[in-house]
Amino acid sequence: MNSTLLVNILRFILLLALQIIVFNNMNFLGYISPFPYILFIILYPVNGNKAGLIAASFAMGIIMDLFSNSGGTHATASLMLAYLRPYLFKFAFGLSYEYQTIRLNDVLTPQRFTFILLSVIIHHFTLFLLEAFQLSFLLDTLITTLLSTLFTILICIIIIYLIKPNKR
Amino acid sequence: MQQIFNFIFKNSNRILFLLLLSISLALTVQSHSFHRSKIISSANFLSGGVYEKLNSFDEYLNLKTENEALAQENALLRNALFKIEDTATVKQIDSVKGVKPTDIIVSKVIRNSYNVYENYLTLNSGAKDGVKPDMGVVNSLGIVGIIENTSTNYSTVISILNKRSQINAKIKKSNHFGSLNWNGKSTGFVQLTDLPRLAMIKIGDTIVTGGQSVIFPENINIGTISKIYRDKQTNFYTLDVKLFNDMTNLGHVYIIKRKDRQEIINLEKREKDE
Repeated sequence: MNSTLLVNILRFILLLALQIIVFNNMNFLGYISPFPYILFIILYPVNGNKAGLIAASFAMGIIMDLFSNSGGTHATASLMLAYLRPYLFKFAFGLSYEYQTIRLNDVLTPQRFTFILLSVIIHHFTLFLLEAFQLSFLLDTLITTLLSTLFTILICIIIIYLIKPNKR
Repeated sequence: MQQIFNFIFKNSNRILFLLLLSISLALTVQSHSFHRSKIISSANFLSGGVYEKLNSFDEYLNLKTENEALAQENALLRNALFKIEDTATVKQIDSVKGVKPTDIIVSKVIRNSYNVYENYLTLNSGAKDGVKPDMGVVNSLGIVGIIENTSTNYSTVISILNKRSQINAKIKKSNHFGSLNWNGKSTGFVQLTDLPRLAMIKIGDTIVTGGQSVIFPENINIGTISKIYRDKQTNFYTLDVKLFNDMTNLGHVYIIKRKDRQEIINLEKREKDE
């Protein structure tokens, strides 16, 4: 049992609980809701076990679906994000990201912001597309994606700053 | 053989991803296409239990409005009772089915959603209390939805704010009927489609449940007409109906159990077979 594993398990449980108890009840203007539970996938260690991340994201998504009666939409969206994460790292931090030590929960730089923005957009677009499940709702889907993305990012950044481990 | 193993080891992440993706996509498609066959629903002991705990905190905040609603309903029922006490209208007791054609189960909404296209409610009574799929759910103001899934202690309801919900409804004064849908736009309005152009309607008319439904009894309130659209191609109206119910604020509800439902279904089935 090393501490990274423990921290991640704790994060998994806490973010899920927070999402279900608090953020699922937040409906700004009736249809804009934040989904900061994906912070688990975003903050997962860069060089961590990839299969573990994929399995954990699926589990997280399924639990969310269980609580919101949404079939498998959260599970699919979380899986997509978990799978595309290395490519997003490559895009945001450059090719040699694996050799750098990337710490996401630190001061917000443009690279970190790009990464979080892209992750949230990918997750939300998949989620809302599958939730509507009809191309005639595409415009609504795009608008909801845009507005919810802004909301989620705001809350994600607040959470990152709140739980930032202050070593200095 | 060795190469196959190598291939699997090399692409293990991708294979895991594709496997899980197909599972979750199958669940998504399944939840959108079939009626009443959801595998993942909140009628289970885990999410039902959590929502019940959360609701017990929530309840205190709404005690006052809930009490007012109950008092108003009491007054209404008292009023109806005084009217019935006229001896000329004593009802004959139906000896086959008993006195009442319907039974009522009181229940409470422990989870309400209204911000997606397919909204569901979770109630805190289930198979143990006699709840079965396809029973109607109403409250004192009007209809709420139809039971979809049940577990031992909890059940889920397709809200009328759900794209897949379809309920038979009619104009209260003229008996012309259509079907009630939701277009996913506003939580205060639903749409009544397929209403014949012959119907004489005007804005403000009351819409109630129709007699064709085997789920709801006739004449339960739904809402009032707020907008009328005429379709040029077909001979039908589409109406915007303003709901009596505030679907974003639901407390106690009643589940309607129709005793003659099975009989009607069997009869119609026999007719179809012949």
